[in-house]
Amino acid sequence: MTETPEKTEGSTSRRALIGWGGAGLALGAAAAGGAVAMTRSGDDVQTVAADAGGAVDFHGGHQAGISTPVQDRLHFAAFDLETDDRAEFAQMLKDWTAAARRMTAGLAVGEGAYGGLAEAPPDDTGEALGLKPSRLTLTIGFGPGLFEKLGMAERRPEALVDLPQFSGDNLDKNRSGGDVCVQACSDDPQVAVHAVRNLARIGFGKVSVRWSQLGFGKTSSTTPEEQTPRNLLGFKDGTRNIAGTESARLNKFVWVDGADTDGNSAWMEGGSYLVARRIRMHIEPWDRTSLQEQEDIFGRDKGEGAPVGKAKERDKPFLKAMKPDAHVRLAHPDSNHGATLLRRGYSFTDGTDGLGRLEAGLFFLAYMRDVRKGFIPVQRNLATDALNEYIQHVGSAVFAIPPGVRDKDDWWGRALFSQEA
Amino acid sequence: MRAVRLSVVTAAATAAALAAVTGCTEKGSSGSGDRVISVTATDDKCEVSKKEFPAGHVELDIENKGSKVTEVYVLFPDDRIVTERENIGPGTKQKVTAEVKAGDYTITCKPGMKGDGIRQTVKATGGKAPKRDPRLDAAVAAYRKYVQEQADATLPLARTFAEAVKAGDLEAAKKAYAPSRIGWERTEPVAESFGNIDPKVDVRADGLEAGQKFTGWHRLEKSLWADKKITAEDKTLADELITNLTGWQKRVGTAEITPTSMANGAKELLDEVATGKVTGEEERYSHTDLVDFKGNVEGAQDAYELLKPVANENDAALVTELDKQFAALNTLLDKYRADKNSYDFTSYDKVGDADRKQLSDAVNALAEPLSKLAAAVVK
Repeated sequence: MTETPEKTEGSTSRRALIGWGGAGLALGAAAAGGAVAMTRSGDDVQTVAADAGGAVDFHGGHQAGISTPVQDRLHFAAFDLETDDRAEFAQMLKDWTAAARRMTAGLAVGEGAYGGLAEAPPDDTGEALGLKPSRLTLTIGFGPGLFEKLGMAERRPEALVDLPQFSGDNLDKNRSGGDVCVQACSDDPQVAVHAVRNLARIGFGKVSVRWSQLGFGKTSSTTPEEQTPRNLLGFKDGTRNIAGTESARLNKFVWVDGADTDGNSAWMEGGSYLVARRIRMHIEPWDRTSLQEQEDIFGRDKGEGAPVGKAKERDKPFLKAMKPDAHVRLAHPDSNHGATLLRRGYSFTDGTDGLGRLEAGLFFLAYMRDVRKGFIPVQRNLATDALNEYIQHVGSAVFAIPPGVRDKDDWWGRALFSQEA
Repeated sequence: MRAVRLSVVTAAATAAALAAVTGCTEKGSSGSGDRVISVTATDDKCEVSKKEFPAGHVELDIENKGSKVTEVYVLFPDDRIVTERENIGPGTKQKVTAEVKAGDYTITCKPGMKGDGIRQTVKATGGKAPKRDPRLDAAVAAYRKYVQEQADATLPLARTFAEAVKAGDLEAAKKAYAPSRIGWERTEPVAESFGNIDPKVDVRADGLEAGQKFTGWHRLEKSLWADKKITAEDKTLADELITNLTGWQKRVGTAEITPTSMANGAKELLDEVATGKVTGEEERYSHTDLVDFKGNVEGAQDAYELLKPVANENDAALVTELDKQFAALNTLLDKYRADKNSYDFTSYDKVGDADRKQLSDAVNALAEPLSKLAAAVVK
């Protein structure tokens, strides 16, 4: 939470007065400028670190990095499984958990980055020495292929479907798929890169990096008391996103419930599903588009972010006032039988693309309770989105996100790998 | 490749640090001062506080009192490097340690980091050689023999190649090219420890320093595959290649080899694969990268097998993992040759991106645990 909330009269009073998700008054968290711990009673509240450099608790019923307040930077990596030995992979997950437990606390991996045997490479690569924990969260997921490769196809949850081909998809297989994913979010990019690099190293021989993505500038927020961030098209995005404090909506749309599982997928209780999409933006044509058309495409104005015909960003949108192909109209839960995603996407730019065009866009990350009821219907509904002229989905992956690591004896995926079939 | 050459040298330097960890040297002696040599470097002098000292753990306390950045080397009589420290700024102090046996050495300061430097001859006397596991001494001896055998076996193959070039026989030369390099590739870190041979025989076009002439295997590779003709100069270069390789063959037996330099040399062979072969840079004209690849892996495995009994005692899990990963990489490489006894590998330009990634992943899977071998050997 490094962004200083707006201090204008309007925004403060708006935050003070407008309720969220029917859960009562939002805390007036804006006042201090730094992050503030949220303590609303009756909610399953994620602890917010005392400052941007602090540590987020690694342990909990759900993995950190989902409803946790969105950090500024991302390093996301998808891995291919290199082993078919279940025990060997489970051991790697234990090693990863031990390393993640240390790194999220701001500590070096293993014996550290120096002071060990001079002839041997250190356990930790060292580039995060002296840096704060920076709210690092590490979130792990299992892709569809993992279950087949480890001979445990029966334990693949039904909700972990292979995504269908969507209209306009132009997927690069080298930026898609993966048997395992790691989402590293942090306020310091070096901390996030360090974490993925060390996990990749521990994983050599068991997993290999298939693709990875760096992100900056979160494009949606799970903390509504903060200013809604803007995407690279210059528009506020994620106004109606699920807040980390809204346990009712989290339970309804994000966390896998016991009722969703059977004997084979019981290990997913408390978990979630992640859809990752690399969405390339045609930046230059967009920048030549008239303001009117840009606002029509989104269905919001560019300055305030207010829906068509309304004054303020958070005014309830009147969807019928928007053009039929407006992005907000098509993506809104009301147009999708209530389907709601928890988004924590990031902007990315990987330099230029060789034709002098900005290689940039949105790395879309959305968590949901069931991919079939979440991302798929929404994305299908976006087939006629006017925005499609300016964006293209070029990478895609889906993962089952197991529940959290409960304590120091627990490890990522224990329920899956210990469960009796 | 300079990076590799330096790291082998560093192995000798860090032997001292290791000795402290493993208790191989008498702990009291290094602190007693008789093995501490003060080196005072100026723009025109390189003064040493003593010219005779007991063999063993030696520490150089270097102070640069000159106006230029300098570097200090400890050299064997044949100019091989025992240890070195570069970039010592004016007015700064640096410490360098080394493990030296009895014998003559040269300490050299290079003000401005150029030229032959200002030299002082020094002598390490008597002293107690660091105590080592006799099995490790046997491993070093066996590896030394292996290195010599590789050089001995390379010469006739290199001569076949050179003769074909000199006869102007393009096809015969192409055929003899890759086999002539296998022995070199198997023992590259040792070959490269003789700093002046590698730049003459194995340099690539992009590795040339300003003013350096492009000679050796890869220059001839370019003529054969890219230029598709053999010039009079190429024939001269073929003779020079044999001369340089003969020098290597004569000197390779004197290389400084320790158990840890063997272990880290094995890892460096995999690094060679990771940086040069997997990318197709090494053999960019002939695309015989997989032959070098196999040679590097074989060399690493030979060094590993010699150290294995000791490593297995200290870290059995590591040995299990290394056996598994060596086997996996070798199995993968076998996919690229029809006959497991031949070095007739698929041309690397015919190996697609997905297969190259698979090779790269297998190299990482082996090289990461291999980097822990040195620790397992001296635990």
